[in-house]
Amino acid sequence: MDEKVVEMIIKGIGETLYMTLGSVIAGYVVGLPLGILLYVSGKKGLKPNFVLYRILDFICNIIRSIPFLILLILLIPFTRAVVGQSYGSTATIVPLVICAAPYIARVVESSLSEVDQGVIEAARSMGAGNFRIITGVLLVEARTSLMTGFTITTGILLGYSAMSGTVGGGGLGDIAVRYGYYRWQTDIMLITVVLLILIFQIIQTVGMKVSAHFDHRKR
Amino acid sequence: MSEIEIINLTKRFEIEGHSVVALDGVSLSIEKGDIFGIIGMSGAGKSTLVRSINYLEKPTEGRVLIDGVEMGGLTEAELRKKRSKIGMIFQNFNLLEQKNVTDNVCFPLEIAGIKKKEARKRAKELLGLVKLGDKEKAYPAQLSGGQKQRVAIARALATDPQILLCDEATSALDPQTSASILELIREINRKLGITVVIITHQMSVVTDVCRNVAIIDSGRLVETGPVEAIFANPGSDAAKELLAGKKEGYIPVKTLDAGRRIRIVFRENSAYEPVIANMILKAGVPVNILKADTRNIGGKAVGEMLLGLPEDEAKQEEIISGLKEAGLTVTEVSENG
Repeated sequence: MDEKVVEMIIKGIGETLYMTLGSVIAGYVVGLPLGILLYVSGKKGLKPNFVLYRILDFICNIIRSIPFLILLILLIPFTRAVVGQSYGSTATIVPLVICAAPYIARVVESSLSEVDQGVIEAARSMGAGNFRIITGVLLVEARTSLMTGFTITTGILLGYSAMSGTVGGGGLGDIAVRYGYYRWQTDIMLITVVLLILIFQIIQTVGMKVSAHFDHRKR
Repeated sequence: MSEIEIINLTKRFEIEGHSVVALDGVSLSIEKGDIFGIIGMSGAGKSTLVRSINYLEKPTEGRVLIDGVEMGGLTEAELRKKRSKIGMIFQNFNLLEQKNVTDNVCFPLEIAGIKKKEARKRAKELLGLVKLGDKEKAYPAQLSGGQKQRVAIARALATDPQILLCDEATSALDPQTSASILELIREINRKLGITVVIITHQMSVVTDVCRNVAIIDSGRLVETGPVEAIFANPGSDAAKELLAGKKEGYIPVKTLDAGRRIRIVFRENSAYEPVIANMILKAGVPVNILKADTRNIGGKAVGEMLLGLPEDEAKQEEIISGLKEAGLTVTEVSENG
C-alpha cells in the first residue's frame, strides 16, 4: 500500500482518538456536574427543587432530541466563534461536547439514582452534609455504574466523531467518506471501518474490565 | 433531666394530598445508660419515632431534647455535629459496599474531620471490640449478615456517641446471629455506658436486652415502663398481642377451645414450685395448658403460661385466687388477645 495512505490512516487514527477522548473529557466536565445537579434537585434527591429540575430536564431533552448531524451544522457559527474555524478535529469537539453533555448528565443521574437510599440515610445519621454525601457516598457507591456509563458514552462519541467526517471533521470517518464515498476506493474505506471496530472493541473491553475491577460488591 | 426527652411529638406526612398521621402526640423520657425498647407492629410509627430523635425526620409538632438541648432549635451545622454524637444502625446495615471494612468505620471520622492516621487507629480498636479484627481489609460483600451488622456497630461507635439508635437491627438476621448482636449491644451498653434505643417488632428482642420499653400502636404511645412489669402485666391490647407472639408463628390461641383463658407469669421464686400440679390436685379439675414459655428478662428467669380453665365458674375463681396466693401474676386473656 502507498506510504502516503498509511501515513494518512495513522493520522486519522490520531485525530479520531483526539476527538473522542477530547469530547468525552470535556463532555464530562460539563455533564458530570449537570448530572449531579439533576439527581440532587430531583424528586428523590438530596435537595429537591422542582423548578431547577424542570429547567435542566427541559434543556437536556431539547438538545438530545436534535440529531447529531443537524446539531453539527446548526452549531457552525458557534463553533467558529469558539475555535476560530468550523472544520478540523478541534472544531468537531465543540458540537460533540454539546451533544454529549446532556446525554452524560442523564447517564450520571441514572447511575446516582441506583445508590441505596439507606446508605445515604446512614451517612446523614453520621452528620454528613450534602456535599460530603455526594463526594463520599454517591460518587463512590455509583462508581461501577458511572464507569460503565463512561465506556458507553465513549463508544457513542467514537461513532459521532466519524459522522463529523461529512463536514470535514477529520479522523477515520473523514477518510472513509472522502475515499470510500467520493472516490469509490472501497479498500481504504474497509480499512477505516475495521480500525473503527477495533478501537470500539478496545474501548469497550478496557472500560468494562476497569469498571469490574473497581467493583467490590461481588467477590 | 433525662438524656432523651420527647415531648408531644406529632408527625404527619402529606402523601398525594392526603395527610397521614405517623405519630400522634408521643411523649417519652429515656434515661442515660438505659437500654430502651420501642416496640410495635409494622407501620405503627416506630421508625419515624427513632428518626425524630436524631432529626432525620423533622416532627410536625412537638419537641425533642437531647441532654436538654432542643433539636428543633439547632442550625443545620449544629444539627450535623449533634448527629455525630448519636450513632445509628439499621436493619439492612447500610454499609458502603465499595469501601472495605476499615474505610467504612473511618467514614464517620472522616466526616468529623479527624486525621486519617488517627481514624485508622480508632477503626482498628473498634473492629477489635466487635470481634472483627481479622476482617479489616474485607469488603461488605464478603461478610455474613451478622458480620455486616458488627461493622455497622463499629462504625456507629466511631465518633464516641452518647446514644446508639438501633432500627430493627436484628430483624434481617437469624435467631442465633440476632442473639449475638444483642449480646454485643448489651456489652457496649455496659462497657461504654452508651444509652441504647432499640426499635423492634419482636417481643423477644425487648425481653432479651431492654430494661424499659414503650409500646407504640397506630402512632400512639399506649404503654411504657420497665420490661418486667409490662411482661407480667400488659395493660394495652397492643402489648398483649405482641406478647402473645402471634406474628412469630405460635399456634393461634383461638383454635384451642377453652371457655376462659388466663395468662400467668412466674417469677424466680415461684418458678421452682410445682404450682400448676398443686393447683390441679387442689381444685380436682383439669386445666388446659395452651402455651408455656420461659424467658430471660434482665438476667432473671421468668416463665409464662396460658391456661384454659374448666367451665365451672366457681372452680375458675378458686383456681385464679389460688394462683394469686402462690405469688403469680394472673391476667385474663380475651378472645383476640
